[in-house]
Amino acid sequence: MFKKKECVVMLLAGGQGSRLYALTTKTAKPSVSYGGKYRIIDFPLSNCTNSGLDTVGVLTQYQPLYLNDYIGTGLPWDLDRTFGGVHILPPYQGQGSADWYKGTANAIWQNMEFINRYDAEYVLILSGDHIYKMDYSEMLDYHKKKGADCTIAVIDVPIEEASRFGIMTATEDGEIYKFSEKPKNPDSTKASMGIYVFTKSKLEKYLREDSENPDSSYDFGKNVIPAMLKAGEKMYAYPFEGYWKDVGTITSLWEANMDLLGDSPALDLADESWRIYSRQYAMSPQYIGEDASVENTTMTAGCEIYGKVRNCVLGHGVRIEKDAVVENSVIMDNTVIEEGAQVYYSIVDADVVIGKGAVIAKDGNKANVTVIGADKKIKDGDTVEAGAMIN
Amino acid sequence: MTSAGLIFSNIHDNCIPEMTKLRTMASIPFGGRYRLIDFALSNMVNSGITNIGVITHYNYRSLLDHIGTGKDWDLARRSGGIKLIPPYVTAYQNGVTGRLYESRLEAIINAGSFVSKCQADYIVMSDCDVVLNIDMSKVIEDHVNSGAYMTVVTKKLNTKDRHFDSNVKVVTTGENNAITDIANFKPEKGEVEISTNIMVMSRRDLEEVISTAVSHGFTDFTRDVIRKNLKRKLIRAHHYDGWYAYISSLESYFAISMKLLTKEAREGLFKKDRRIYTKLRNSAPVKYLEGAKVKNSLVADGCVIEGEVENSILFRGVHVGKGTVIKNSVLLQDTYVGNNADINCVITDKNVLIKDGRTLSGHETMPFFIGKGGTV
Repeated sequence: MFKKKECVVMLLAGGQGSRLYALTTKTAKPSVSYGGKYRIIDFPLSNCTNSGLDTVGVLTQYQPLYLNDYIGTGLPWDLDRTFGGVHILPPYQGQGSADWYKGTANAIWQNMEFINRYDAEYVLILSGDHIYKMDYSEMLDYHKKKGADCTIAVIDVPIEEASRFGIMTATEDGEIYKFSEKPKNPDSTKASMGIYVFTKSKLEKYLREDSENPDSSYDFGKNVIPAMLKAGEKMYAYPFEGYWKDVGTITSLWEANMDLLGDSPALDLADESWRIYSRQYAMSPQYIGEDASVENTTMTAGCEIYGKVRNCVLGHGVRIEKDAVVENSVIMDNTVIEEGAQVYYSIVDADVVIGKGAVIAKDGNKANVTVIGADKKIKDGDTVEAGAMIN
Repeated sequence: MTSAGLIFSNIHDNCIPEMTKLRTMASIPFGGRYRLIDFALSNMVNSGITNIGVITHYNYRSLLDHIGTGKDWDLARRSGGIKLIPPYVTAYQNGVTGRLYESRLEAIINAGSFVSKCQADYIVMSDCDVVLNIDMSKVIEDHVNSGAYMTVVTKKLNTKDRHFDSNVKVVTTGENNAITDIANFKPEKGEVEISTNIMVMSRRDLEEVISTAVSHGFTDFTRDVIRKNLKRKLIRAHHYDGWYAYISSLESYFAISMKLLTKEAREGLFKKDRRIYTKLRNSAPVKYLEGAKVKNSLVADGCVIEGEVENSILFRGVHVGKGTVIKNSVLLQDTYVGNNADINCVITDKNVLIKDGRTLSGHETMPFFIGKGGTV
């Protein structure tokens, strides 16, 4: 009953995203809000559907409730399919053992059955941590053309930042001969994007060997990729150009949101040729009041604006009351900024109330973004220091 | 006790010919992201009615496209859900004796098999010219408790209201809210009670109406069903006192759209616990660029605003260019307004293009309408 699929996608969505602090106390990183109406996971899922890849396993572990609900049947991404479609793959209890996912490689190893039942020849492995638009089918073609066993997508990073990434050193033809995880003295600027295409037979072989090694940390970057390289497998670097942003930290998440603003934004979500899909809600259109002022801002359904908003990204149902001022901030779903309150350089999570006249981060700046966690209430007239993390 | 819904999608099409040339009354876009049928459908769904027949007649392609599987109203069901009821014309009748039904009663007769097969105890009927958020379960409860033959939802309106439109049925009620008379509008001054055409009957009674109408050749619901039974059976009014509007012409479409900008209307219509559902479209959030000035307006996702917008409703995907001023206007989906244009009291249908520097103005009593796909 399972139709053969040439390529199955495995999306690693179990990470906690601990560097996002208050934003991930109740939900996994892939389901963190981005761009007003999106979640981080909308990007890999939309890329899959736009690339013609319709069979996706989503591996969840940390706080999966919201993520499971959000993905549902996969309909918003057109991944509600009779053959294939999106499947949530949580850790499970097998006959002999019951294990959490012990690492990225172990998570895939525990789900080989899912890959095998589609008789896949290739496996694409993605993470749910990045904002980017990418045609995976081109990467898959590259992998096939090179006759590779493993292809790793790489992006050029400035040499001074290279030591934060997994760096690939490759020949002119793209064949990787050296991989160094966060090297002190990098000899290349090709950083791994955490996107891998494997030929399935090789993937299965190396995952089996990895699973039998008690000293392994069961991680692609730390164990599987080095093991394959050592054994002399054909590994290629697939060069990617375009917008790509790791949103693993507060600052980078804030920056990625700000990248949506302006006349010619760094990332254009209105591009009809590569649409980013998200789960939609039945909310009324946004209402901009009589005395409101809205400039250089993006916002979505259900918002009500009576105050002053500038350089902001607002989620669903945000209300900004009279005489409130919100600048250079990201405000998530259903948060209310009450009369006369001021918010600068902040990320305010969902369902927060900023009380009347409260002032958040008066001297804030982009290197010192303030965060207010979900469901918090800031009392009327209170002051929150720039860079604070209210959880 | 179960209820099913019956929605008339074409009745009133002739009220607003400018917008129904290519669509049904039910599929007229309204309020930034909705179509008129969304109000009737959402009122039923929010009251637990999940078996709904939509009677349609002609021009229903836009309606089919809007409803799709019914999923967006949670009406994609194995049991019940939403069913479109187009005219039943056989190959032999076609063009020979087949005549499309015209009146409400004829439309109900055509939906006879839906009524007899729906297995519900009660049938709720609604037209698509009404804009309101009503808890139908209360109306049904009232109907059942009173033992009435028929319950009609009524609304008190003032004829002096600038937007009052005389194209309505006025009811007179007596003791126990019994309707004693129903008539076309008489030019009385002051407050009148009008029928919203939202009605509840038991399925058995409606089936009987259908068989009597077929055997006697009845065609007029008000005359042959309501008025004939006023003295014989209990036909009751259910007074609705929430926010209500009905659309009876292009001018009233415009006036009611403008009314949506009031706090009263938005609060009366868009409730957190009883949402208005509509077809979901994947658009990017709205972008307000540097220099944008927006006041007292409703804006749907997908819009890009560089100019000034005041007292207006922008549907999904509208573009407002630099230096452009839009006032008191309703711009439907994907209207593109270039730079330095000046627009006042204008309704644009879908996909209209207004080029740079154009000046267009209607008046609130006579809005300037630009048809689908038009270029100015």
